Amino acid sequence: MGKMTKTGWATLIGMVALAILPPYFLLTGQAFYMDLATRLVILGIAATSLNLILGYGGMVSFGHAAFIGLGAYAVGITSYHATWGGFDLIASYNGLLQLILALSISAAYALVTGAISLRTKGVYFLMITMAFGQMAFFLFQSLDVYNGDDGLTIDVRSELPFINLDSPMQLYILCYISLVVAMLLVKTIVNSRFGMVLQGAKDNNERMVTLGYNTYFYRLTAYVISGVMCGYAGFLLGNFTTFISPAMMHWTRSGELMFMVILGGAGTALGPILGSSIFILLEEALSSITLYWHLPFGVILIVVVMFVRGGLMGLFKGKGE
Amino acid sequence: MDYTLLFTQVLNGLQLGLLLFLVASGLTLVFGILDFVNLAHGSIYMIGAFICASLTLLVGNFLLAVLIALPLTGLVGYVVERVVARKLYDKDHLDHVLGTFGLVLVLDTTAQIIWGPAGITVPLPAWLNGQVELFDGARIPSFRLLIIGTGLAVAGGLFWLVNYTRLGMLIRAGASNRTMVSALGIDIQFLFALVFALGAVLAGLAGMLISPITGTSIGMGGQIIITAFVVIIIGGVGSMKGAFIAALLIGLIDTLGRSFLDKLFALVMSENAAETAAPAIAAMMIYILMAIVLVVKPQGLFPPKVR
Amino acid sequence: MAPLLQVKGLMKSFGGVTATDNVDLDVIKGEVHAIIGPNGAGKTTLVSQLSGALKPDAGAVSLNGSDITYKPAYKRAKLGITRSFQITSLVMGMSVLDNVALAVQANDGHSYRFLKPARKISHIRDKAMETLIKVGLHKRANEATSALSHGEHRQMEIAIALASEAELMLLDEPMAGLGPEESALLVAFLKELKGQRTILLIEHDMDAVFALADRISVLVYGQIIATGLPDEIRSDDAVRHAYLGEE
Repeated sequence: MGKMTKTGWATLIGMVALAILPPYFLLTGQAFYMDLATRLVILGIAATSLNLILGYGGMVSFGHAAFIGLGAYAVGITSYHATWGGFDLIASYNGLLQLILALSISAAYALVTGAISLRTKGVYFLMITMAFGQMAFFLFQSLDVYNGDDGLTIDVRSELPFINLDSPMQLYILCYISLVVAMLLVKTIVNSRFGMVLQGAKDNNERMVTLGYNTYFYRLTAYVISGVMCGYAGFLLGNFTTFISPAMMHWTRSGELMFMVILGGAGTALGPILGSSIFILLEEALSSITLYWHLPFGVILIVVVMFVRGGLMGLFKGKGE
Repeated sequence: MDYTLLFTQVLNGLQLGLLLFLVASGLTLVFGILDFVNLAHGSIYMIGAFICASLTLLVGNFLLAVLIALPLTGLVGYVVERVVARKLYDKDHLDHVLGTFGLVLVLDTTAQIIWGPAGITVPLPAWLNGQVELFDGARIPSFRLLIIGTGLAVAGGLFWLVNYTRLGMLIRAGASNRTMVSALGIDIQFLFALVFALGAVLAGLAGMLISPITGTSIGMGGQIIITAFVVIIIGGVGSMKGAFIAALLIGLIDTLGRSFLDKLFALVMSENAAETAAPAIAAMMIYILMAIVLVVKPQGLFPPKVR
Repeated sequence: MAPLLQVKGLMKSFGGVTATDNVDLDVIKGEVHAIIGPNGAGKTTLVSQLSGALKPDAGAVSLNGSDITYKPAYKRAKLGITRSFQITSLVMGMSVLDNVALAVQANDGHSYRFLKPARKISHIRDKAMETLIKVGLHKRANEATSALSHGEHRQMEIAIALASEAELMLLDEPMAGLGPEESALLVAFLKELKGQRTILLIEHDMDAVFALADRISVLVYGQIIATGLPDEIRSDDAVRHAYLGEE
């Protein structure tokens, strides 16, 4: 395994804690903490996917929540039709089918929107991804068949071989293992030849192009990989909450995801899960104090941006520039 | 072909477009001149609407309420500029987005605390509530005429301000060369605060004008901001002319799409399919337009010349 | 013998300013061809059109007989053109070795490879190290690029240009900001490269130019006013006027 750095140890300890504590809580009757942890882990997967393109690729996407929604609706819509009929082609409780649907739709959406958005950069890229995210939001909001804004509740979770998703413990184990796989996947990609090109392009695109790399396609590939991983997180989330609504795709959700990645440490392995933990714990702590927890949350965000030297973006670009 | 319906929908589209222009103009002014990306612009639009709504109920007169609410909204804009925006100018665009995102949460939640989660219905005086008949069968609510008139007047005023006044010249100069303008003895900080407040007033006015039709709601800011961004992306960031044309284009396409797309679709597919597909595609139309523009002209239709 | 690089009638304007005015130029394989000219003559604009960073308004550029006028920059790199930058352009967040390795990697097939850690691919790392040894930077191989001096950054630019194995090297003011000792070292190094690569050298430093160039072209206000052997250029009236008249 080679030398373990401090962050390496911190990651290991954090992951072990996540492996042991939530099941412990469930078994001692405090299912609430298991729920919290499940949500934390699922958002951690989404944040990990965003970290690939944002932290390592320099693509600041403000529309990533759309993938969560797409993955969740893949479960929701197929399950809905299996229960209520109306569209036999996609009616199914079969988890593998739903998973393939979730991943393919995420890939297609990422390919199309990424191909267009990546023609721009910086804040223009951000605005365009935000617009596409809202497009997905409005699309699902307009589908009266699936209750539009009011959202969809599914009666039956995805049926997967060997795993019963109705058991909170088994669902959590699936999510946890998925997180570990996601983190390892991102780490492998980042250190590969592909990852070198991606990171080089984030740091100095002109230099990379001069060397002969068509950075547009490398970025697009990363964007699709990231979208598919995030769609998978949506698949898990849909199964966890059994309630799927367009609100999952609203641009403010994307903003929260972005904050998780940046606050936790963009471009680090531990960052995303740290960020999602901070977010979930902050959300819990603040909402137990007041119904209007978004207010202190917003203030914290503003203060952090204002007073971190060089801004948060400076933190994440920091190393080289 | 129902020409009366077409005509009224075109007018509705123009009205929506002009309101969008009011919002987008402030956004593009602030982005073009202050080089500041303000996600919270939509929240100011909402706050303007709520202030006006409350005042209307208090004072009993919509127009009077608007007159009082406009400077109040400008004040809100000024405070936001002083307390938050000013500290962020020197930072990256992306920090602007993150910071103003936090601001959106703060402003939207504050509004919810003050006015509650439900919106306010804004009553109009009788003379504005009526209808005007333009030609045989084409009736349009007088209020919508007022909106269109106001929108065009403001657009004209802005055009005159930016191109023919000393203030406008300073605004345009300030964008390209801050140090030189301040070397001329002009207070850049004050100028920027003024532009910011102007943007707030414009957004607030749009909110005030739309609320008698749709009512006010806490989420209205979050919804309009993205559309405003789409307008300035299509029009070209920093361009007033681009914002005007793009806003009208979007207003028309969105309105006409929602009205006529299902009939169009019904020509080529079953009525059932058309009924589901049409609202879905209509909802996505302006984004499809944005995508097309970006493929053909990534800087937008009328990008301002690089000075 | 057909020239390696041939430029015909190149034109580029920005607003009202004509930066490149009907430029004809050819570069023969194996030569060092220097471009000199007063400040503001449009040298970097010209290089940018050759490397693909800028698109010309009119005219043609061809490499080895095939037209590359509107080909994007990354394609030209594959065809054998590499460029160093007047203001050094390096991946600051990576190590010195990483930077050169990226250049080597670019010539080692496509990089849509996701599994093996790039820093452990020995044939790439070894080749990169070899190049660093050639330019004398091997002792700094694992340091962060941001920690190096300006002169060392310039050396890195040369190392990267070497590692990319491109036949045509466009060097945009490689001596800029170097002290006399460092300049002399770089000149000596480039002298050794002569014949192995083709170099189009943009330079202000006249000592370096006359020490290295096989031919010189003079660019003034976007136009080539003279092309020839160093001695011819030295004694050309128009050139003297352009330089001495300006300075």
